Amino acid sequence: MAIKNSTPYSSRLGRYRPNGFLMTTVLAALCVALPICVVLGFLFVGESEAWSHLVETLLARYAWNSVLLSILVALGVIAIGVPAAWMISFYRFPGRDVLSWLLLLPLAYPAYILAYTYTGVLDYAGPVLTWMRSIDSPQWLMDPILNLKSLPGAALMLSLVLYPYVYLMARAAFLDQSANLMEAAYTLGQSRWAVFRRVVIPMARPAIAAGTLLALMETLADFGTVQFFGVQTFTTGIVRTYYGFGDTTGAAQLSSLLLGFVAILVVMERLSRHRVRYYSDRLRRLNQASQYVTGVRALLLQSLCLLPVLFGFLIPTALLVTWTAFYAELQSLWQLTLNSFALAGGSSLIIVTVALMVAYANRLHPSRWLSYLTVLVGLGYALPGVVIAIGVLIPFASFDHWLSAQLAFLGVPPTLWLSGSVFALVFAYLVRFLAVANGSIFSGLSRIRPSLDQSGRLLGLSQTGVLREIHVPLMRGSVLTAVLVCFVDILKELPATLMLRPFNFDTLAIKTYELAGEERLIDAAAPSLLIVLVGLLPVIWLNRSVSKE
Amino acid sequence: MRFTPVVAAGLAGLLSLPLQAAEVNVYSARQDKLIAPLLEQFEEQTGVKVNLITGKAEELLTRIKAEGAATPADLLITVDAGNLHRAKEAGVLQPIESNLLDQRIPERLVDPDKQWVGLTVRARPIFYAKDRVDPSKLSTYEALTDSEWKGRICIRSSSNIYNQSLAASMIEANGEAATEAWAEGMVANFARKPTGGDTDQLRAVAAGQCDLAVSNTYYFGRLIDSAKPEDRAVVDALAVFWPNQNDRGTHVNISGAGFVKHAKNPEQAVQLLEFMVSDEAQAYYAEINHEYPVVESATLSDTIKSLGTFKADELNLGVLGTNNSAAVKLMDRAGWQ
Repeated sequence: MAIKNSTPYSSRLGRYRPNGFLMTTVLAALCVALPICVVLGFLFVGESEAWSHLVETLLARYAWNSVLLSILVALGVIAIGVPAAWMISFYRFPGRDVLSWLLLLPLAYPAYILAYTYTGVLDYAGPVLTWMRSIDSPQWLMDPILNLKSLPGAALMLSLVLYPYVYLMARAAFLDQSANLMEAAYTLGQSRWAVFRRVVIPMARPAIAAGTLLALMETLADFGTVQFFGVQTFTTGIVRTYYGFGDTTGAAQLSSLLLGFVAILVVMERLSRHRVRYYSDRLRRLNQASQYVTGVRALLLQSLCLLPVLFGFLIPTALLVTWTAFYAELQSLWQLTLNSFALAGGSSLIIVTVALMVAYANRLHPSRWLSYLTVLVGLGYALPGVVIAIGVLIPFASFDHWLSAQLAFLGVPPTLWLSGSVFALVFAYLVRFLAVANGSIFSGLSRIRPSLDQSGRLLGLSQTGVLREIHVPLMRGSVLTAVLVCFVDILKELPATLMLRPFNFDTLAIKTYELAGEERLIDAAAPSLLIVLVGLLPVIWLNRSVSKE
Repeated sequence: MRFTPVVAAGLAGLLSLPLQAAEVNVYSARQDKLIAPLLEQFEEQTGVKVNLITGKAEELLTRIKAEGAATPADLLITVDAGNLHRAKEAGVLQPIESNLLDQRIPERLVDPDKQWVGLTVRARPIFYAKDRVDPSKLSTYEALTDSEWKGRICIRSSSNIYNQSLAASMIEANGEAATEAWAEGMVANFARKPTGGDTDQLRAVAAGQCDLAVSNTYYFGRLIDSAKPEDRAVVDALAVFWPNQNDRGTHVNISGAGFVKHAKNPEQAVQLLEFMVSDEAQAYYAEINHEYPVVESATLSDTIKSLGTFKADELNLGVLGTNNSAAVKLMDRAGWQ
């Protein structure tokens, strides 16, 4: 390790001066606050022309559909995620280890790609229903398939890709529970089911709630699935108001209402997290208490665990591979892939750098106001992409017009410096995904003992030097995880990219969306497959790092 | 930061140098592959470079509005009159001065203030299942609300501009209240919740999910030209019915172009429009996407001819734009998703 020759005293004094880390945190918080303030600010602007029409005819529908969708997705992710976590945690059967990570794979799918894929194969004129009609299947069997493009259908698609949040959280909670409590319950004569119901589930409830609420935030933010299935929710309403009615004010006001729903979820999530703390009594890990199962019962458990993987990953992937290989009208994906990767790569590097600075500011200068700022930064993840897009477009466009007016006398042609460039997009990604990077970076940094920092400083390293020479090497895994997760999230992101991308700049996600819009679901398979395959990387990576712990 | 304007000015100066060559910037809601070959031909003939940007009409228009005087767009090409009218209302278009265009394009396919012109015509007739529907029972769009068709009609969402324009034309013919009643009657007769595009509706009729579909002609034309057996099966199962032949005629719409107010290359833009209404360009449009030419002397594709002739609604298409907002709202109220 290289040791630099600098005086430790000067930097001690510097503790009380504003420095780069603090400034970055303040700036990051301002970035997140900008779209929120802009959108909320429009509540105080008068009503737009389309607004009264919205309120009279559509608003109730948007709200009702959003709420109903959230309820169905909540039921769906719990119904899939909790039993799966329970089976993996409390039973030992052949293939359990493989299944425990296979169950994570649907995370690689954005819900909209699952929706396109299932629509392609389950359409009325598609192969499945045509076959079912040819063998005279009863109508009650075909009806649900026919009605896939509906609100329950959208809830199913979202549940299939979002249940891993609940599964992961519930599994971690189950594994963390002390086996003593369960054994105590058994000795008190409780049945296995009673123990599950009265001990295991109540103890894991905060974790399950947290996972469900994460899934619901994704649900409220979803645009691609509901748009394709013709379900009128807040996100589709905002886009329709903005483009269809050309009404920025109305779109911003709808965004504020959506923010209200999101805020409720955020508060609930914070509350559920608080309660997790009461339960971390780890005398003995549960693993030793799990039950060995063989034979038919093992087969049953295997099949049940395989079901969500089958429908959330294996079947759609098999379809995408087949379509890409044999049916799709292939076009060059090079430019799209290049755009997507450059955008996602560049943005995630910026985001992770900012996340490192924020985490480091918290480590060096812990204070109450800094922790508030950090909470604010973390809120970005709850903001739906559509809301961020509206909240970024409006101020950026005004700034561009103002700047153009200022520069007119220099003969500079009016230009969209911010709103027409990739800057707006990177900004939106920063707002939305900084929290994702923060999660990984903070946990990585907290595992490094402060004594190491002190030793580094004693040996003459500067603050930045400690970060570079000690922390970054030690938390390489966390940094890589953060980059990878951000990269994939950006690759999958649809609504903000759609609204903010610079002109003539298409990405894989945009192409997939456009091809699906042109009823070319088969041709959309190739870009979809690419998104999913890249999306697998962090899932596999995460699982490796989770199992290592 | 203080130097940014100066640097930017310098950069902008440098960047503007290569822009001296003749070019024209087109924002197009037409798919790339349907328009690119035509533009290449124009480039070869005139030496004017065409820069094409494609997207949805609403997005392109929002973009032009946001760009204001900074817009690089010279022409806005859309696939319907409604969006051109919206552009006009937004104040981003200007009148086109061209004697040639005045001569070649019928007046009803041109904006009254000449801010946009039609380049091709598309019709929106009814398609029916040959084995289940007696065409003598079909007559008009209005009659689709008869109880006879309950649970038998497939049509796409009201967020689609083609349906908005159809409703807008009916507002002009029958008034707003009657059209709202019509929309409610349509919703009552839907075989399924509106989903997918026009081709989806045609496929659903062929597969037996519904018996009637309302669709633009060229979607059917594409199926006729398709090599896939499943597409051929759809064509074999369906036939076209031209509604309202005894009164105002079948609803038609245009694909067209608006002349952007802040166009930086006005001459080249008009030149391109004039090229688009030449006989060969019009024949190309007809051939590649089965649309009807706006110029009568242009030849029709065999596929289009196979659909037969019909009487078209002679309404000035600007009306589709004027009535658009009312049409959208009444369809929302009628619960037409």
